[in-house]
Amino acid sequence: MKAIISVLGGDRPGIIAEISGCLYRHNLNILDITQTILSGYFTMVMMVDLAGMNVSYAEMTAALNELGEKLGLEIRMQRSEIFDAMHRL
Amino acid sequence: MLNTSEIFSTINMIKDQKLDIRTITMGLSLLECAGEDTPRKVYDLVTRRAERLVEVGEDIEREFGIPIVNKRISVTPVSLILSDRTDPVDVALALDRAAETTGVNFIGGYSALVQKGATKNDLKLIRSIPEALSRTKLVCSSVNVGTTRAGINMDAVRLMGEIIVETARATADQDGLGCAKLVAFANAVEDNPFMAGAFHGVGEGDVAINVGVSGPGVVKRALEDCKGQPFDVVAETIKKTAFRITRMGQLVAQEASKRLDAPFGIVDLSLAPTPAIGDSVAHILEEMGLECCGQHGTTAALMMLNDAVKKGGVMASSSVGGLSGAFIPVSEDIGMINAAAAGTLTLDKLEAMTCVCSVGLDMIAVPGDTPAATLSAILADEAAIGVVNQKTTAVRLVPVPGKTVGDWVEFGGLLGRAPIIPVHAESAEAFIARGGRIPAPINSLKN
Repeated sequence: MKAIISVLGGDRPGIIAEISGCLYRHNLNILDITQTILSGYFTMVMMVDLAGMNVSYAEMTAALNELGEKLGLEIRMQRSEIFDAMHRL
Repeated sequence: MLNTSEIFSTINMIKDQKLDIRTITMGLSLLECAGEDTPRKVYDLVTRRAERLVEVGEDIEREFGIPIVNKRISVTPVSLILSDRTDPVDVALALDRAAETTGVNFIGGYSALVQKGATKNDLKLIRSIPEALSRTKLVCSSVNVGTTRAGINMDAVRLMGEIIVETARATADQDGLGCAKLVAFANAVEDNPFMAGAFHGVGEGDVAINVGVSGPGVVKRALEDCKGQPFDVVAETIKKTAFRITRMGQLVAQEASKRLDAPFGIVDLSLAPTPAIGDSVAHILEEMGLECCGQHGTTAALMMLNDAVKKGGVMASSSVGGLSGAFIPVSEDIGMINAAAAGTLTLDKLEAMTCVCSVGLDMIAVPGDTPAATLSAILADEAAIGVVNQKTTAVRLVPVPGKTVGDWVEFGGLLGRAPIIPVHAESAEAFIARGGRIPAPINSLKN
């Protein structure tokens, strides 16, 4: 199962390190990553593989929410099918 | 890989434009509960079959990151499972307990289909509606009084005017809230996932998962980018938006169906407003260039919106059904509330609007002293529009006890708030007293 992790918020050093560290601890494999600064906002999209995830989906979401609060960022993890459904025929 | 702008456009639709799945509704057949001990059998069947509905809905919500606002149950019209010895109110109480146990928001199907005639059990159920709705919290009721094939049962229309008045009185301590859970239909559909009119038709299987999508805010936002453009551009924009919204509904419906081991029924392509800012159908019409919903031009704008939503949505789902179109519930739409308060949106204009959109006169507060015959006459007009145009129409009116034109009523939550609007004062007593049946209309020589 694949998911999209989207990150939005103020830029600061170490965001990618913190997030990828969190993903590593929970055994999520990063398949693709895009990052840019849009209108001064740090904007990142990652595609991850959940096959090896060592916690439940709910626990993983909670871990990312906690990290988002700590870093002052909006972090979302959503299964990729919702984006495919909306944007791909 | 998807591109970043596509991903953030979806996220913005959910976060800022209030895109959501309005309801996952599990339809359940209660036909096997007929006979002895019906209330217990109903409770057992509903709680067993829908045990995981709320949990599965919440899991899908979390994994896909899309709010699923309501999880609901619809059941076989209860009049069909009554025996001579069953008190229908006992079945209503069993449904209410089952809804509470399973954690759903509402359970619909305290219903009777009497378009051509009523059995003694149909009449027993209809007469019990005021008591049933005053003694339960989560039960919704509906009565179908006409179809294109059968015509309009004017005896049932007369009775329903009285039942609406009695239901308002029975729930007078809550401003007639019982009437918000009571719908009188013409051409009712068997797979509607939306309350208060949902029931599980007899043409359905044991169980079905029906999903209602929403998204007025997303359509309004898309139209902000085509200011001043001709209507063909507006229609295309709505179609594309409806397609995206419906694809998401189809995905959620299939996922829920798989996890609940229940066949996928339909996706209802509806624009269902809520009282929240940015979630209004009226504001879409105003975005098209109207100063206020209800003015001249409103019917044309609504017709185009409704049609474009269907055209966009149909290709996005393998099975479309339910009511499918734009809803115009006055108390549940901030733009409609404001337009009614300004006096621009009147009952007569709302009636015209129901000729071109998905349902009918919905969640309209009228004076508490409105005679039953007047309510019946409003229902007869609405049923006539549905029957002759081969579409669903409905009436959900609340004659608010002790209140009159100029007062406001607060229902709270998704049911919203509304100003009491006037009805015509002329008597309909002699018209409604006739009873009998308005014959089915001819289906050729259309003009």
